[in-house]
Amino acid sequence: MAAPQAVGSSIEFQDVSLRASGGTMREIVSDISLEVATGETLVLLGRSGSGKTSLLKLTNGLLIPSKGKILVNQKATTDWDRIELRRGIGYVIQEAGLFPHFTVAKNVGLVPTLEGWPRRKIETRVTELLRLVGLDPQEFGGRRPRELSGGQRQRVGVARALAADPPILLMDEPFGALDPVTRAELQREFAALARQLRKTIVFVTHDLREALLLASRIVLLQSGRIVANARREEFLQLEHAEVRAFAASLSSQAGDPA
Amino acid sequence: MSPWTFLVEHRAEIFATTVEHLALVIIAMLIAILLGVPLGLLIVHRPVLRGIALGVANVFQTIPSLALFGFLIPIPFIGGIGKRTAIVALILYALLPILRNTYVGLTEIDPAVLESAEAMGMTQSQILFRVRLPLASAFILAGIRTATVITVGVATIAAAIGAGGLGTFIFRGVALVSNGLLLAGAIPAALLALAADFLLGIIERRLRVS
Repeated sequence: MAAPQAVGSSIEFQDVSLRASGGTMREIVSDISLEVATGETLVLLGRSGSGKTSLLKLTNGLLIPSKGKILVNQKATTDWDRIELRRGIGYVIQEAGLFPHFTVAKNVGLVPTLEGWPRRKIETRVTELLRLVGLDPQEFGGRRPRELSGGQRQRVGVARALAADPPILLMDEPFGALDPVTRAELQREFAALARQLRKTIVFVTHDLREALLLASRIVLLQSGRIVANARREEFLQLEHAEVRAFAASLSSQAGDPA
Repeated sequence: MSPWTFLVEHRAEIFATTVEHLALVIIAMLIAILLGVPLGLLIVHRPVLRGIALGVANVFQTIPSLALFGFLIPIPFIGGIGKRTAIVALILYALLPILRNTYVGLTEIDPAVLESAEAMGMTQSQILFRVRLPLASAFILAGIRTATVITVGVATIAAAIGAGGLGTFIFRGVALVSNGLLLAGAIPAALLALAADFLLGIIERRLRVS
């Protein structure tokens, strides 16, 4: 596999702040220092508006910090060629953001196409990836995104992000819009897939259950600041009030069939 | 002489004038598209320019067509009597639907799609040509279709400033109270408008994604 060797797989936030646009002094995230080691699955957990998504967008240069820097493979995002950086980082978002005018195969093969892979190689890779995410390439390759269910779209989104074999994967509540049954199914499959892929994964969610299923480490954000950073096994033992609040949400969901 | 015999006897002349009319429409539309679509792209992220561009295009649409032709005559370079002035007026008329639909088509695109495109490392020009324009194309074509039908009609007035076209028959028909002359202008003009609407409608449906 021709992985873009340029982007390595470590991520480091060095005292990063991001100010809201529009000239205000309000900060979306403040004084974030965080290291994501190669091959780990780090889950950013927090309520809506806690700044989780902004941390993802800072990582692939969709946002530029107002203070501090983010190192991807020891190089600041501002020093990277933006395009080169992003081609080495897979990105999956809620509702997948698939291109509605492309077939599933074309969606999945987009980054390899942009990278100028030969056509045969792209076809082989697309077939391989659709199998990997549990979709029959014959049946689904020619379909348009609107002809898929939400869960299938999300599978395509994951396949598309993996297409050029990027060492880093950023996922922003990828399963958030799915029904509980499909969500549980995709979470289980993705947990297995993540172990198999050995990529550096940063996964954003507001669902502690999902975090506990997927994470090797959980970082809890509150109002743009890191309030907890612990290995998965240790997370629930923490005393911080926001951790307790999330833990309480877990027990209140206990009867939830999902 | 019945109007029908008139039409049959003058068919060669009617045909030539229809071609002349169509040429006016096609030239004006091509220029209007070349101006309107890029301008539509330009105003998506520039609210001030958007207000001005849509406002000005809107004003041109509200000026009665005969008056607009008249206003243009004394203007140096673009004015005067003849085809050039007529084409300028037709462009000004066609601009609003094209501009507005290009703008609407581009703003209707799901922001998640554009965010993905950017995050996947597409360059700005790749995003424009492979994502934004294809996704907006059905809207843009709907605007072109509306503009074309309007232009076919308005172009009949162009005869008033000596630009030729099917209006020539209509103005003469009015002056001479001749149904034959009126129909010689009106029927081909109506057929042209219907044909343009139909053909562009087919393309528009092909381009529609969802």
